[in-house]
Amino acid sequence: MQKVAKLIDTTLCIGCKACEVACQQWNDQEFTMGVFNNTYQTMPSLAHNFWNLIQFNELEINGAQSWLMAKYQCMHCADAGCIKACPAPGAIVQNANGIVDFNQDNCIGCGYCITGCPFDVPRLSPTTKKVYKCSLCSDRVAVGLEPSCIKACPTSCLSFGTRDALHHNASKRAEELRADGHAQAGVYDGPGVGGTNVIYVLKHADRPQDYGLPKDPHIPWTVSLWKGPVKWLGNAVFFGGLLTALVHYIKVGPKEAHRDE
Amino acid sequence: MITRRDLIRAGAAVTALGFDLTPAIAAARELKIARTTQTNSVCPYCAVGCSVVIHTLGDKSRNVQPAVVHIEGDPDSPINRGTLCSKGISLKEFIVNDRRLTTPLHRAPGAAEWKPIPWDDAINKIARHIKDTRDRSFVEKDDQGRTVNRLPGIAMIGGCTDTNEINYLLSKFRFGLGILSYENQSRL
Amino acid sequence: MTNGWTDVANADVILVMGGNPAENHPVGFRFVMEARRKRKAKLIVVDPRFNRTAAVADSYTPMRAGTDIAFLGGIIHYAIENKLYHDEYVRLHTNAAFLIKDGFDFAEGHFSGWDDTKKNYDRSSWQYELDAQGHAKVDATLENPRCVFQLMKRHYARYTPEAVANICGCTAEEYKKAAALICASGRPDRSGTVLYALGWTQHSHAVQLIHTAAMMQLLLGNIGRPGGGVNAQRGHSNIQGSTDMGSWNNLPGYLKIPRANHQTLDDYLKANTPKALRPNSMNYWGNTPKFMTSLLKTYYGKHATKENGYGYGNIPKPGETENYGWGFFFDKMQRGGIEGFITFGMNPVAGGPNSPKMLDALSKLKWMVVVENFETETASFWNAKKLGDKYYPTYKDPSEIQTEAFLLPAACFAEKDGAFVNSSRWLQWKRAAAPPPGDAKPDQEIMARIFLRVRELYEKEGGKAVQPLRDMSWDYANPFNPSLEEVAREVNGRDLTTGKQVNGFGELKDDGSTICGCWIYAGSWTENGNMMARRGQEDPTGLGLFPNWSWSWPANRRILYNRAAEDAEGKGWDPTRTPIKWDGTRWTGDVPDYKGDAKPTDYGAFIMLPEGVAKLYAADLLEGPFPEHYEPVESPVQNPFHKNVSSNPMAPVFTGPNDRLGAPDKYPYVALTYRLTEHFHYWTKHVASGAELQSNFFVEVPEELAKEKGIKGGDMVKVSSARGHVEGPALVTKRIRPLKVEGKTIYQVGIPIHWGFIGRTRGPLVNNLTPSAYDPNSGTPEYKGFLVNLEKA
Repeated sequence: MQKVAKLIDTTLCIGCKACEVACQQWNDQEFTMGVFNNTYQTMPSLAHNFWNLIQFNELEINGAQSWLMAKYQCMHCADAGCIKACPAPGAIVQNANGIVDFNQDNCIGCGYCITGCPFDVPRLSPTTKKVYKCSLCSDRVAVGLEPSCIKACPTSCLSFGTRDALHHNASKRAEELRADGHAQAGVYDGPGVGGTNVIYVLKHADRPQDYGLPKDPHIPWTVSLWKGPVKWLGNAVFFGGLLTALVHYIKVGPKEAHRDE
Repeated sequence: MITRRDLIRAGAAVTALGFDLTPAIAAARELKIARTTQTNSVCPYCAVGCSVVIHTLGDKSRNVQPAVVHIEGDPDSPINRGTLCSKGISLKEFIVNDRRLTTPLHRAPGAAEWKPIPWDDAINKIARHIKDTRDRSFVEKDDQGRTVNRLPGIAMIGGCTDTNEINYLLSKFRFGLGILSYENQSRL
Repeated sequence: MTNGWTDVANADVILVMGGNPAENHPVGFRFVMEARRKRKAKLIVVDPRFNRTAAVADSYTPMRAGTDIAFLGGIIHYAIENKLYHDEYVRLHTNAAFLIKDGFDFAEGHFSGWDDTKKNYDRSSWQYELDAQGHAKVDATLENPRCVFQLMKRHYARYTPEAVANICGCTAEEYKKAAALICASGRPDRSGTVLYALGWTQHSHAVQLIHTAAMMQLLLGNIGRPGGGVNAQRGHSNIQGSTDMGSWNNLPGYLKIPRANHQTLDDYLKANTPKALRPNSMNYWGNTPKFMTSLLKTYYGKHATKENGYGYGNIPKPGETENYGWGFFFDKMQRGGIEGFITFGMNPVAGGPNSPKMLDALSKLKWMVVVENFETETASFWNAKKLGDKYYPTYKDPSEIQTEAFLLPAACFAEKDGAFVNSSRWLQWKRAAAPPPGDAKPDQEIMARIFLRVRELYEKEGGKAVQPLRDMSWDYANPFNPSLEEVAREVNGRDLTTGKQVNGFGELKDDGSTICGCWIYAGSWTENGNMMARRGQEDPTGLGLFPNWSWSWPANRRILYNRAAEDAEGKGWDPTRTPIKWDGTRWTGDVPDYKGDAKPTDYGAFIMLPEGVAKLYAADLLEGPFPEHYEPVESPVQNPFHKNVSSNPMAPVFTGPNDRLGAPDKYPYVALTYRLTEHFHYWTKHVASGAELQSNFFVEVPEELAKEKGIKGGDMVKVSSARGHVEGPALVTKRIRPLKVEGKTIYQVGIPIHWGFIGRTRGPLVNNLTPSAYDPNSGTPEYKGFLVNLEKA
């Protein structure tokens, strides 16, 4: 089965937030009050009821005023850290089309997926005690429709298609940008996690942190270990105590470091 | 009405795609717009003129009170081709909104609050005011004896968010009464 | 728009100035992005703020709010000096060769004919020199010093890059870079578009500013061309349609309101039907009698006869020089001269200039009717002291306000059918999806019921001037709730002899045998049905014309002045982008802005104008035939070109208690107000998504000014003008750069609109700050470039 993907050409993003609202509307999320923090970005980060965020970054690049805007959401990794970390059967699944989907009916709210995610995406709801994130509109994709954020995007910064086709488009676009004199333009698709089904084109691919993206995303080794040789040794109850401690320790470690690089 | 609905209906029957891990999800989440009625409209905000598809509850049969459940861009429009901005994509929140006015309100001179008023009473009181003001201030001839038929005692504004047809009716309304002080949002 | 949204994708050069489409027209902006991707078009942004459009632009030039004429006048100078204009186009399609009367002059800030006591111009010296036939004399060599081209060259000789930079506040180097990019569209094989919005219309010299843009585009040969034009993006869904249907000084279809000195229809038609100024001018407005007679016949039906001038006497008539525009009637209202006020979906307390003045004016009314979807600041103005927090402490208590107010719940867009006209002039029909909530009613029903009830009262009781009211036709199948389809058919018009809908305005007659409610809409609902509801997606020319999608006025023409895209022989300036083609017998492609079977040499390309060509020089504007840089009414500097005539001498002046103006000693900073992409005007403060995306009012403060004042991001600041104040957190940013003007450092403060004292999210009304300063031609207020002070709150 062909993998589906989302391409984010950040050179076309105008920070209009249509994708944010499209996501909220399609998923019937309640709107919450934004906060003012000396920026046009009023949602400080993703939330259990806010899965799609445009990050704004005002900075000077080579002496020129720049205002970078980029969408941030689940990357739908091929080698998904959340799945590796999840102890609850069926809570996180990867569809054959590549979508990494959470099924809250099976979620036990342990939060390990949060630790396992190199992109700091999943969020625990304080009321339902379940974890939520972008589903790439798996319900829409299942019936042949595009995800709602992609449909809404006015400037075609976002596009939807098969992973192969979008990879081709992304490389071509990066080439085009380099030919136009943007020497650092390139594609970002998380090779450290086996590639992601969300692909970025960045004008400054040498500095993904300026777009709010981790420079070199990797699944924490503790999580890889748990899903590898350790998991088969016993069930989650047995290792529960040990793992919780481990997870608690690493929660403030690698994850934060990735975001601040 | 759009026939794409049939397409979506057919699509909704498709079973879930395969999983390479636990086959925990038995079926894809049900598409919430699979059986809604779709109506073509145009966004009321800025003047780009994006076409929207309004999804309403039910199939328009006699016993259904349609309610707006979702709005998306109309992919057929050469302008927006399905896309919308953050305001357009949340139009449902504008239409279905607990702040919408649902009954005529009246504020008596000197009063500190609104009170509901039946439509007929409101129309009667307004018509009475218009007539009295018109009779008091209408100028049939100016000081040079020229016919001018104008009503300086009433000013009227509006129309920019309403259709051409309503704007045209407003022109008949104001010229019938003699109102000259008339402006719309294009002056602001 | 002369062109349209879909056409922007044809441009090679896109100047965004006086607008911010990435934020305020994001979906329209997709065509800008398409032009950049597909044509490698250059996007040039000129704006006081580095905004979200600038963030994706090829070039950004900062400027001081209110100095756009200087900037564009400088482009005219730059194009002429460097011979970058499209010479053949200018000779063929503009009035560059026309001779102006001896006596026309400009000196010390005034054009000839200025009367300092009347504060007005005698415009006789501005006119063309005419020959015995009444045609304008021309000099095809463009060398006569009295020809428009030479006069224009002389007028803008002062607008050197250095002079412009000194006024606008950017550097001369930055200016020259932007000028070179813009003028690159002067080549015949290149086209350039201009996208603007309220950043150009909200000035005390707005119309002249847009005139400057038109001149620039004519010089560069960009009018009528795919990817060209002067394109107003427009801020409301049907602001174009409501303008088409007339304001205080226009009848539907831009027919001028009759004035008191024209007592008969003949007088009116004689005064308002232009005569051709050149032998080859088609002078289409020569058909004014047909349009006017058909409108009157529609309005007055069987009461309209040849003998009574088709009911012409019923139309209200202002005196020759009277102004019933926004600024004037609110001023009169504040002075107690207006008893009643009706608003259909407008909120002047929030959206009008000088909110304290609006509040005071409304409190003088005897009665007020507000028809709305939501409660607004206007509806509940009488409660402003309580609801308005700290902003109106001295406002009257409700008990002291005797205005009787009615707030009527209206159906919203989704609950009504009918047509909106977008900025591309496309009339797009929409259908009703759901019934209105509760007892809300469609506007047409509310209006009809009031109108018919008033008429009934007059029938019963008699009263003043019954005839104009009684004669107005209202014979709809359901007069209490007219079907909008029926109204749309009436607007299109029909032939009363055959009973058939007319196919276009060419079929209208001046003998009372046709009706038409708005001549430019003739063709929108023909015998073939509702053309506005068409959904064809074909684009045979590949130019984005989409002739079968909806219907465009006039005559379904998608690019206005499209005959100017070709040379004298009818050959396209750019063969790859020719909107209409002459095949030897007729024109194909877009609906020609020309006679369909007339030879290319038969007429001038600008068929609507008596000149037959476009006007670089326009004697019909109030403050002069050439645009001149005037400072905003409140400015931190005196006009560097002429200190004694600093701001627009024709801008109306009001002297009421709220009409105070501020000086730079007390109010040193330039302020401008604007929208954010997350909100729509004053509506989405009622909507939860808007509340999430931008909950808070804030003030954008340049980093350097913040430093001077010890303000950090998030600190509360107070912005005050001579009218009022607002308070909110500061957004400290590098995106508003300090500017150098006349050797002084000028700071600009950015103030987003969208909040008010009623809504899901609340905040101050920014129009507490804005002055009652208006453009003399259009009456638009000056929201860009007024003076404020800023301090830590």
